[in-house]
Amino acid sequence: MLTVTRDVSYFPGCSLASTAKENNEALKRVFQHLGYNLVELEDWNCCGSSSAHSIDPELGTELAARNLFLAPKGRPLLVACPSCLIRLRQAHMHIRESASLQKHFEITLGRPFDPDLRIIHFFELLEQPEINQEFPPRLQGLKFVPYYGCMLARPPCMRLDKNYHGLIESVLARFGATALTWPYASVCCGTFLSVARPEVVTPMVNNIVRGALDAGANCIVTACAMCQMNIEVRCNLKEKLPIIPLSQMLTLAMHLDPLKHKKMIAQHLIDPRPLLRSIGLI
Amino acid sequence: MACTMTPAPAHATIHRPDTRFSKEVIERSGINLNLCWNCRSCASGCPFYQAMDYGPNRLIRLIQLGLWKEALESRTIWLCVGCNTCAVQCPNAIDVAALNDTLRVMALERGVVIAEPDVLAFHRSVLDSIQSHGRTHKLEVMLRYKLHKKNFFTDAGVGLKMLAKGKLDILPTRIGAVDHIRRIFQQRKAA
Repeated sequence: MLTVTRDVSYFPGCSLASTAKENNEALKRVFQHLGYNLVELEDWNCCGSSSAHSIDPELGTELAARNLFLAPKGRPLLVACPSCLIRLRQAHMHIRESASLQKHFEITLGRPFDPDLRIIHFFELLEQPEINQEFPPRLQGLKFVPYYGCMLARPPCMRLDKNYHGLIESVLARFGATALTWPYASVCCGTFLSVARPEVVTPMVNNIVRGALDAGANCIVTACAMCQMNIEVRCNLKEKLPIIPLSQMLTLAMHLDPLKHKKMIAQHLIDPRPLLRSIGLI
Repeated sequence: MACTMTPAPAHATIHRPDTRFSKEVIERSGINLNLCWNCRSCASGCPFYQAMDYGPNRLIRLIQLGLWKEALESRTIWLCVGCNTCAVQCPNAIDVAALNDTLRVMALERGVVIAEPDVLAFHRSVLDSIQSHGRTHKLEVMLRYKLHKKNFFTDAGVGLKMLAKGKLDILPTRIGAVDHIRRIFQQRKAA
């Protein structure tokens, strides 16, 4: 275990701050264990979500920009939600490339722009050597399919960024879990159409869950709170599969505050406890 | 459940083509649509293709042909969620999601028929919530959206289950600098 704790600015985003609190708690705890102190960005605001850029892209940049200017210099900004990550990174890219935008925001926000701010997903920290310590194989018996949804797809301007395909599989394999191959790892969950056009999303998420069942999985592991919610809410198949956030899987696998996190795992709409009990994890 | 969709006609009739339209879209979006080969990689990857009236490649073709009304009144621009699957598969790295952002803005500016009013209502519910609190308040977004739909019963079961599981906060979290956020919205409305 590391003796030095590194401070990292942290942007949870609206989902982790509300509908996925358990995911938020788990994420902070896992990284604390790995030697990172997640310092929540003070008074952060919504990145604009899908809706701002959908009908007013400039509003989207304005909303994302305020968060970028709140981030203290010299530390990376960790973003929990894949969608917020793209919004914040894209805004940072726009501002960096435009002297007039930089000037506009430096005047309205009263702070200097940091062109070197690193905006990272938590996958990047999971790749660090700290995670390579030896862990007991607590996840033996877990046969999961990794579900990335659209989080690994990026707009062309970000196409040179590192790709994290396979990360969920390799991280959980260290704890003895078995990853299964399936065709739906990178199929979008439907995001907001789940509200506005549920009849479009239901067959999509049913295909995803059916794909996981056909692969012989006993659960789906995801790194996105939106994916988790959509699959839980919109799948209407008789046979259900638990869908568990990677962060929570890690708290249980690393045995971190087990009482608290065992309790929080009960908050999912599809209860994963029978499965977790059957493999002796809880 | 079947998707309610109207398939697009196999051929679009070229009437009143607007040759300036393509130029305007390219300028505003910053995306060079003339790179499109019409190879349909985008359409074959799009998870929402079944519900759209035009695949992304056909949408690009409509723009190239100056068929602005067909493009701006399409379902496609509203059903695109910006998942970027198409952009990853496009051999010419055309940013279709950003293109759709521009087309939606133009559809609203020109006052054409909005093919997916519920999607627009959802986006407005989210933005209203951000304007009020600086963050999205999920329960409020759902209630605002339901007010638009005048239907409080669909999904009431899911909503109650989420409340019971502590997943829906009754009260919003308001940020300290909410005035700043409201000012941003006012300036955007004035623009």
